[in-house]
Amino acid sequence: MKHVIDQPLETDRMVLNYGPHHPATHGTLRIIMELEGETVTKVTPEIGFLHSGFEKLGEDLNFNQYITITDRMNYLSPLCNNVAYALAAEKLMNLEVSKRTEYIRVLMCELSRIADHLLNVGMLAVDLGAMTAFLYGFRVREDIYDLFEKATGTRLTTSYTLVGGLMRDIPEGFEKAVLKVLDEVDKAANDIETLLNKNRIWHDRTKNIGIISKEDAISYGISGPMARASGIDWDIRVNEPYSSYQDFDFDVAIALNGDVFDRYLVRMEEIRQSIKICRQSLDKMPTGEVIIDPNLGLSLPPKDEVYNSIEGLIYHFEITMPHRGMTPPVGEAYVPTESPNGELGYYIVSDGKCTPYRVRTRPPSLINYSIFSKLIEGHMLSDAPAILGSLNIIAGELDR
Amino acid sequence: MTSAEIKAVLEHQFPAAMVENEDLTEKQVELKGNQWLEIATFIKNDPDLSFDQLECITGYDTGEDGPLQTRYNLHSMEHRHKIEVVISHNRENPNVASIEQLWRIGDWFERETYDMFGIVYEGHRDLRRILCPDDWEGWPLRKDYEGQETYHGIVVQKMKEEEGWE
Repeated sequence: MKHVIDQPLETDRMVLNYGPHHPATHGTLRIIMELEGETVTKVTPEIGFLHSGFEKLGEDLNFNQYITITDRMNYLSPLCNNVAYALAAEKLMNLEVSKRTEYIRVLMCELSRIADHLLNVGMLAVDLGAMTAFLYGFRVREDIYDLFEKATGTRLTTSYTLVGGLMRDIPEGFEKAVLKVLDEVDKAANDIETLLNKNRIWHDRTKNIGIISKEDAISYGISGPMARASGIDWDIRVNEPYSSYQDFDFDVAIALNGDVFDRYLVRMEEIRQSIKICRQSLDKMPTGEVIIDPNLGLSLPPKDEVYNSIEGLIYHFEITMPHRGMTPPVGEAYVPTESPNGELGYYIVSDGKCTPYRVRTRPPSLINYSIFSKLIEGHMLSDAPAILGSLNIIAGELDR
Repeated sequence: MTSAEIKAVLEHQFPAAMVENEDLTEKQVELKGNQWLEIATFIKNDPDLSFDQLECITGYDTGEDGPLQTRYNLHSMEHRHKIEVVISHNRENPNVASIEQLWRIGDWFERETYDMFGIVYEGHRDLRRILCPDDWEGWPLRKDYEGQETYHGIVVQKMKEEEGWE
């Protein structure tokens, strides 16, 4: 036995192909790793497996049609993407939306943020072997998705916003249901934190792993919870408020070390702040319309009128027929928004036709993923799922 | 600083690099490509400008006869101001200096813009396609892009004018 132990470990260079269908990549990512023993020495990430030409498609679809594409881009928080696109299109057309629309959008975005963070923390935990924390998070996430289903009709491909408003108002009794779910979320967050915050194994697996320094975070353009975990005080909801975020009172979660553990802490704190924002938004919910005046010729008339009156049907056709409907002035618009992954925004250029000239997404997942190869180098192979999980990569948005 | 003040500083430092373009908004400034690396180094390191963050690079095609453009969205975390730098390239031989080593995110952004528009970033250490497969033909987001007929024996579907999908 002693003889075996005394022999030096074989440390030949080995190339390991991680993905594209590895369960811990949570999406189709391929990472080519060079290992020496168990230490990662070089990493080449390869992306593009989910490339669907969404930016090119934007040049063929009109403004309301493209909202369905934004769902597919980020399948963990589609509502945030819907809102981001609608905001940019509204800026392009100089449309003002009602206060009620803005408040409902805030409510939906924050619910999405909670769902996204719960899943992200849960997935990080399950990759590191903590199944229970994942189940706590996933169960309440289902409740949130039930809320989305009540309001939008679907769980995933929500397409809830329209340019100038919302697809429909929130249903009756929605406030009560949201408040009930928020209590559950609060409980689940407590449960997850009780399990993980002082857990020795969790600390060993996440502390001092994948540290992003403040300088790197800025140079790599990292935004959102990841930047805040590295000590950057930047939250677009506070610094460049959109959709009435200035009316809400909440704190920005910031941590200083920039490791996996700090990113986890920031996300947990953001869940609590989002609960606060949701409650405020329900408390102060203004009354009013959520659909812009149909007479402007920009939005589809209410379904009730389409089915029951000839005028409604004619208006509906006027808008949905090719080369008709919503036509913005020549110009361009970009509105940055704080999505659960980071700064998300759509840059739309219009040449005065009913389809955009160019649609560009600022994809937070692509930007946050670009630092991965730097983070993992020098770490053990078993740290790869921890770091990858903490980046919160959505492959649909990464590849577009 | 406001966009006008930033433009004034640029004009003072690099008078030869400024380009007048009436199509742009007041938050954008067009520069000539030949001095770009020097200008980029200056605006990143100058304490008054201090553009430490590159928020986005957008490729842009001005039309089938017009030039291609690269648009850099710069942001200063320190001073919290922004500017968008536009650089035009001719269609036949689009190239400009790479800023990949100044802002690290430039690496993937430039690869993406190269992939979609075929703009060559000179000095980039690993310039290859990022989203499309390596053997894809053409530059998909250019306005005169014609998709290839087949790809490894798979028929590439095309949209026909008026008729919709084949």
